[in-house]
Amino acid sequence: MKEMLGILGAGKLGTVLGQLATAAGYRVLIAGSGSPTKIELTIETLVPDAVPATAIEVCQQADIVILAIPLGKYQTLSPSALAKKLVIDAMNYWWEVDGPRPDLTDPRYSSSELVQSFLKESHVVKAFNHMGYHDLFDETRSHGQAGRKAIAIAGNEREYVKKAAEVIDKLGFDPVHVGSLAEGIRMEPGSAVFGANVNENELKDLLAKFEETDRGQEVLHARGIN
Amino acid sequence: MIDPQKIVFGLDSFGDLPTDETGKLMNQAQAIRQVVTEAELADRLGVDVIALGEHHRPEYAISSPETVLAGIATRTKHITLASGVTVLSSDDPVRVYERFATLDALSNGRAQVVIGRGSFTESFPLYGYDLSDYDLLFEEKIELFSKLLDEKPVTWSGKTRAALKKVEIFPKTEKGSLDTHVAVGGSPDSVVRAARYGFPMILAIIGGSPRRFVPYVKLYQKASKKFKTHAYPVGIHSHGVIADSDGEAVELAWKHTRKSLVRIGNERGWVPMSREQFEREVKQGSIYAGSPETVAQRLAATIKLLGAGRFELAYGAGELSAQARLHMIELYANKVIPRVREIIAEE
Repeated sequence: MKEMLGILGAGKLGTVLGQLATAAGYRVLIAGSGSPTKIELTIETLVPDAVPATAIEVCQQADIVILAIPLGKYQTLSPSALAKKLVIDAMNYWWEVDGPRPDLTDPRYSSSELVQSFLKESHVVKAFNHMGYHDLFDETRSHGQAGRKAIAIAGNEREYVKKAAEVIDKLGFDPVHVGSLAEGIRMEPGSAVFGANVNENELKDLLAKFEETDRGQEVLHARGIN
Repeated sequence: MIDPQKIVFGLDSFGDLPTDETGKLMNQAQAIRQVVTEAELADRLGVDVIALGEHHRPEYAISSPETVLAGIATRTKHITLASGVTVLSSDDPVRVYERFATLDALSNGRAQVVIGRGSFTESFPLYGYDLSDYDLLFEEKIELFSKLLDEKPVTWSGKTRAALKKVEIFPKTEKGSLDTHVAVGGSPDSVVRAARYGFPMILAIIGGSPRRFVPYVKLYQKASKKFKTHAYPVGIHSHGVIADSDGEAVELAWKHTRKSLVRIGNERGWVPMSREQFEREVKQGSIYAGSPETVAQRLAATIKLLGAGRFELAYGAGELSAQARLHMIELYANKVIPRVREIIAEE
């Protein structure tokens, strides 16, 4: 049986990830913010091999769930339905959608740490957040193909980071492990990799430069590291 | 495929501040007058549409497009006077209708409203709207706006504005309705919504390959069929720079178009576009920069790919000089547009 990938969010990012996942051979379930009938036409046209479902169905039936909803709505997720699952957090703070939310830009915590502390029983891994959705669509390449681009990944549990890395690889990118979820702040808006569409070595270089950015300094200071 | 002679070509501006002949950045009032001058030139040269977008930011001078369009109306003869876009979510549909109906009167029927949610949301805090009502505001206001279009007494109620009971809106237009389009930025929901109301759709394609939008066009057509509304050929809005040579145009685009995209991206925490990304946008993405022949070839390819009936060139991004902008309008009107029609007709 092929693995089932669930996507919460049927907007720009959710549909592009759905397109990559179905092309990679996953069975894909997608939920929007309302009932599945609301996104039926969209999914049938943009992601024809995926199945529209309710958010709860996605959480319950999928082996792996990708979060592609506005970050500001993360507390509308169901911790119980997502318990024990690998949850890939692709969300970012975007003020034009989320409004002013100091809680989501607190330099002491990465946004994925907030998501993990809300989804206590899930295995949260951060990935697919730093590359723009049109680059994700344009830049997928098979394993070993020249010019392949890289996706950063952060997580606390080795086993689940490995599983998420497999998803990244299957969808067409080289995974680059950043570190723990706390280190996931290196891939957030304001970092040198946010928006980066680069290969593995370049991505590693950019991640290492985090401390040199204004955001990096702010984070170090807030976390009492220097 | 649409008749190449019927493809509508437009010029889009947000009122970016240009530099003057001494290299000094114009102030906002000068920038607004410059747009009027540009629209007059475009009208004389036969460009079909001038579309002005609403923003509330220091680098763009236009916050009330229809006022600038009214100025243009009295000095032009043929060109369609469009917004691009009117941020309907943070405006009042009744007032939008009144203002554009007034513009329609001043221009002898050349007004066109392009409504959208806007990719910027500064108008929300400015006018006292809550971003958490983003969806509700647009959904209700587009509903009310669509009800105004037959110019009969309107009855409506909702959560975002006072209810109306058999109210008439004035002035009435001479053709009995306002020409209305919806601009979308790639949210599938917005595409379906445009189809549901039976509005022509304009896709804002500001990055990546236009090929990505093929399924969106299909979605618009399928949704129109489902809702039994008319599916119009789509419109496209993209950035570009046209100059005498490819080299000159690309360097101007690097210096100005990219700079303006980077400035906006920066506020969103986005890394600046690299030279490699920029070159890709120019070669196969959504920045149309080059000589008239290069731009015509790329435009023709995009128009054919999406079966588009309209293309709008955002021609003045960044701090391009006023002189370069005027020259670009001449090249667009005199060389690019006829050449695109010719290329499409050849096949």
